[in-house]
Amino acid sequence: MKEWNKHDLIDLQGLSKEEIELILTTAKSFKEVSTRDVKKVPVLRGKTVVLLFFEPSTRTRMSFELAAKRLSADTLNISAVSSSMSKGESLLDMAKNIEAMNVDMIVIRHGSSGVPKILAEALGPSIINAGDGCREHPTQGLLDVFTIKERYGKIAGLNVTIVGDILHSRVARSNIWALIKLGAKVTLCGPATLMPKGIETLGVKVSYDLKAVLNHSDVLMILRLQKERQQEKFLPSLREYARLFGVNQEKLNAASKNILIMHPGPTNRGVELSAEVADGTQSVILEQVTNGVAVRMAVLYLLLGTKDKGSEEIKNVFTH
Amino acid sequence: MEHMNSTRIMDKESIHRALMRIAHEIVEKNKGVSGLCLMGIRTRGVVLAERLKTFIKQIEGHEIPAGILDITLYRDDLTMVSTQAVIRETQIDFDITDKKIVLIDDVLFTGRTIRAALDALIDFGRPAQIQLAVLIDRGHRELPIRADYVGKNIPTSLQQNVKVVLNEIDDHEDEVIIENIKA
Repeated sequence: MKEWNKHDLIDLQGLSKEEIELILTTAKSFKEVSTRDVKKVPVLRGKTVVLLFFEPSTRTRMSFELAAKRLSADTLNISAVSSSMSKGESLLDMAKNIEAMNVDMIVIRHGSSGVPKILAEALGPSIINAGDGCREHPTQGLLDVFTIKERYGKIAGLNVTIVGDILHSRVARSNIWALIKLGAKVTLCGPATLMPKGIETLGVKVSYDLKAVLNHSDVLMILRLQKERQQEKFLPSLREYARLFGVNQEKLNAASKNILIMHPGPTNRGVELSAEVADGTQSVILEQVTNGVAVRMAVLYLLLGTKDKGSEEIKNVFTH
Repeated sequence: MEHMNSTRIMDKESIHRALMRIAHEIVEKNKGVSGLCLMGIRTRGVVLAERLKTFIKQIEGHEIPAGILDITLYRDDLTMVSTQAVIRETQIDFDITDKKIVLIDDVLFTGRTIRAALDALIDFGRPAQIQLAVLIDRGHRELPIRADYVGKNIPTSLQQNVKVVLNEIDDHEDEVIIENIKA
C-alpha cells in the first residue's frame, strides 16, 4: 500500500510524484460514484467541510461542494462579502472561530498568495488551497493532469503547451509542477509582459510565438486572460492579444489532429479562444469540469481519512 | 517482533472441490440460474466469483453476469486506519434490481465487510434477494450475518489470522493457511 500522510493540500510543489499519482488513481475510482443513480457514499459521514471563498468562483466552489456532499460530508459556505470580515475581523481570527466550531476541513480561496499555508500552520483542521493569489490552484492542476492522463493513458513524454497570462496564473503554476513531476515537457507561451522572469529555472521552455509551438504540442492548455488583473496595462489591447495568442481554428489547423484543447474556465470567447475551438471535437473543457469533482472527492477522502497531525501511524488492519 | 507459525488447512484440490460444491449448491438453491448474478468483493472475492462463474457455466451451460464491489467507502473502521486504504473501482455493468445476487468473499469473520457490502449494493438498486457465499467461515461474528454457502468452517482464535492464497493474484498455488500471531 502507498503511504499517504499529508494533512493539508497547499500546493503541488510540495507533493511527490507518488503522492500525485495516488490522488489520480483514487480519483479514477471516485469518478464512477458520480455516474450512479445514488450519487453518494458514506465515507465522510459526520465530517464538516467549510468553503471559505474570498474571491468569486462558481465552478471550483460548486465542484468542492458536490465532492463533499457525494462523500456524505456536511458543507458550509462562507463568502467574504457577507462575512464578519466586512466588520473588520482579521482573517486569522475568523478562521480560529471556524475552528472553534469543530470543523474538519477548510477549503480556502484567497487573493493573496500564502494564505492557505498560514492557516495550515495555525489551525488544526485540514486546509485545502482552492487558489491563492498568483501562486497555486492545486486541485485544478490535478484535474488537468487527470484529464490528460485519461485521454493519452500517460503523462510522461507528452508535449504540453500552456498559453496565455502566465504571470498571473496560479493554474499555470500548479500545472507546471504536476506536469514536470510526472515527466511531461512543458512549454509556456504568451506575451513577454505576462511571462514571469526566470520561469525557465523550473525546467520549462518559453516561447513568444504560438504558431511555432503548436505543431509539436500534444496538449494545448489555454489560460483565461484575467481582465481583473490587467489594470497595469500589460497589453496594448485585447484585440492584439486575441490576434497573437488567441486560439482559433485556423491556427489549430497547423497542429496535430489529436491535440487536446483545455481551459480551466471561465472562458472569454473571442479573446483567448474562439467559440468553434471551445466547442470543437478536440476540446475537453467540459470533461475537465466532470473530472474536477472526482479529483476533489479523492483529495477530500485522502485528507480527511487520515489521523490528526503528529499522531502515531496505525497499521491498516483489514477486518473481514 | 512478531513470531508466526502457520498450518495449511486447505490445498489446491480441496479449494477446487469446495468451490465446485458451492457452485452446485447455488444452482440447486436457486433452481437454475435465471436472474442470478455474482458479486465479488475486492480483492479475493473477485477471483472466487470468476471461478464460480466458470463452474456454474459448466453445470448449467449459461454465462451469468459477475460484478465487482469495492467496499472501502462503506467501511465503518476508516477512522481507525491512518494510512489511507486505496480505493478501487466498483464495476457493475448490469442492473441489479429484482435480481438474485450472490455476494462472494474469501473469509467471513466479524461480518463487518458484508454489512458494508450490503450497504454498497443497495445503493445500486433493489435486488430481489441477496445471498452470501464464502470460502472460509472462521467465526467471531460481531453482527447478525450468516453465509448461505460455506466452503469450510474453521474454528479459530482471535490470535490467529486466516490467509487465503489464490493463484490468480498471489502468484502462488492455491491454499488456505492459519497463522498464529504472538506479540
